Amino acid sequence: MLSQQLVNGLVLGSTYALFALGFTLIFGVLRVINLTYGFYFTIGAFVALTVAREFGANIWVALPVGALSAGVVAVVADWVLLTRLRRAKAGELSSLMVTLGAVLALYSLMAVFIGTDIQRFPFGFVDNTAIEFGSIRISLVQMLIVGTTFVLVAVLFLLLQRTKLGLMIRALAENEDAARLMGINVGLTVAAVSFLSGTLGGAAGVLIGLNFNAIQPFMGEHMMLRGFAVIIIGGLGDIRGALIAGVLLGVLEVLTAGYISSNAKEAVAFTILVLTLWFRPVGLFGRAQAKRA
Amino acid sequence: MSRLLSRVGAAALGSLMSGSLLVSPVMAQQTVTVGAIEILSGPSAAYGTAIKGGLELAMDEINAAGGVLGGKKLGLIVEDSAGNKDQAVNAARKLVGRDKVPVVIGPTLSNEMFAVGPVTNDRKVVTIGTSTTAKGITEIGPFIFRTALPESDVVPVTLKAAKDKFGVKTIAMMYANDDAFSKSGFDSMKAAAEQLGLTIATIETFGSKDADFSAQLTKIKGLNVDAITISALVEPISGVVLQARQLGIPDSVRFIGGNGANSPKLGEIAGTAADGLLVGSPWFIAKKGETNEKFVSTFKQRYGKDPDQFAAQAYDTMYIVAKAIDTAGAADSDKIREALYKTDFNGVMGPFTFTEGRDPASNEGVVVLSMKNGRFEILE
Repeated sequence: MLSQQLVNGLVLGSTYALFALGFTLIFGVLRVINLTYGFYFTIGAFVALTVAREFGANIWVALPVGALSAGVVAVVADWVLLTRLRRAKAGELSSLMVTLGAVLALYSLMAVFIGTDIQRFPFGFVDNTAIEFGSIRISLVQMLIVGTTFVLVAVLFLLLQRTKLGLMIRALAENEDAARLMGINVGLTVAAVSFLSGTLGGAAGVLIGLNFNAIQPFMGEHMMLRGFAVIIIGGLGDIRGALIAGVLLGVLEVLTAGYISSNAKEAVAFTILVLTLWFRPVGLFGRAQAKRA
Repeated sequence: MSRLLSRVGAAALGSLMSGSLLVSPVMAQQTVTVGAIEILSGPSAAYGTAIKGGLELAMDEINAAGGVLGGKKLGLIVEDSAGNKDQAVNAARKLVGRDKVPVVIGPTLSNEMFAVGPVTNDRKVVTIGTSTTAKGITEIGPFIFRTALPESDVVPVTLKAAKDKFGVKTIAMMYANDDAFSKSGFDSMKAAAEQLGLTIATIETFGSKDADFSAQLTKIKGLNVDAITISALVEPISGVVLQARQLGIPDSVRFIGGNGANSPKLGEIAGTAADGLLVGSPWFIAKKGETNEKFVSTFKQRYGKDPDQFAAQAYDTMYIVAKAIDTAGAADSDKIREALYKTDFNGVMGPFTFTEGRDPASNEGVVVLSMKNGRFEILE
């Protein structure tokens, strides 16, 4: 049973990490707590659901279409909501309030037009039968989630460290004015970061919606709470930190529910969150003054 | 001065006229009007609309068969609460104060009843909930009745069927711990399980909005139980059922649901993973018997859709009210209250009488349903 619980924890933790990747990227580079991120997650799932239902697309089409659409939505949302604030150099609190209002409006609009009923991908969209390794069972979707999470972390890491775009993003994260003086097109870089994080959020929405079979407008809102815990524990803006913190949290939650009490499961993330803020405010894996993307 | 007088005169005349229009003495003699408060707008409008349909269908049948009190017509005023407690209370004040109805049917939700009940009970107006299943409804006061079977009456029937038909001895229990309805349902299940002498291997909880139940289910899988009871709303139940099968809990381990599982949505979300799930219901569309078959076909003919449990409960309630008015011999709330205690009615839900506590006395009408290919069937 322990080995199965560890697998459960790894899968759950990967969903947390997958969700947190884009969220931590936005914060690390753009310095805004962008609450519309939860909506990118929702929209990715719904676009994929629509193309799967209406056009009979398979997962390999629905996943990128859903993810890229969420990326486009993210660029537009960021541009509409935050351009003015960025120009006025408004504080972090203003962007928090603006995105909070916007995301609530967006969720409600979706609820009006789509309804709050839970929807799911068509039966047989992906083969959901579990594969058995000895006493462990894991489904194809779950392997896809774990695999995608690790691959995305690696790709993102290489992109930031080894490409020119990555250099621009890191410069922007360091200091916006200095980046501009160095000839970096700040507007374009901001759009690129929004697109990347929106795409990550959208991909997470598709895969997690597929795994849990519960797609509804407010699905992003529920994930946001865990997302917050993961990026703070992992260190704000720290991509490897988000991966480790996500998996750690998933495993600890599952072990708590399996061996102590399922009533205590909810408390795990927030207990670790409070402890982190007390003793390691830069995050478990963050270094002091960390300003990394 | 003369202008003032004429104005007063006009006002007096106006009120006289409107008064005479509202309570025409001829109308009042020929019609016995009862009130209803239901949710007719907003996100939960489907419940109230179904109830209104059931009430009106029964009313028209009663009137076609000669009405009440030896030839008077039965009338109905339905007020919309929109699912809002305050609006429900205002509607109750209007029905009691202006329309002077002797009986109020509804409101739709238990929450609304807890607000409306004290008001109508205070004014000594009989109030009958047709869809309020929460604990403590009829304890509001001596004028509050209900025809909806509380969960604590339905769940024991379901568990007993599981024990008798499938030899269930050891169970795991699951419920959503952040929702009053789910917790209250779980309490009823636990009491019933203990009464039946079932062994409870473990009690696991989850949040209503959780999507991952793998830890709890893996633990349950290791305990080799015969069945898993679950009390929650239909969305988390669907998620639990899906993941249980994915984790390899065999189909022979049946799920036993509370009222939340009694929804066609379960089959839509969970598909065949929900097969074998048992749930008790006070009514089912395919229930045998002439009364029910006639109700289903006339309802379908009139409204163009299948009736649901709420329409059925409302339909029976209208008949129970009409009979009580006849027994009372007058449209008088006190006398109707006395008459309701003598109710002995056989409707679409089965035989019906009230207890001393003004709740349904019998759960004989409860049918146990079993999920097959994503649809409910009566468990034979």
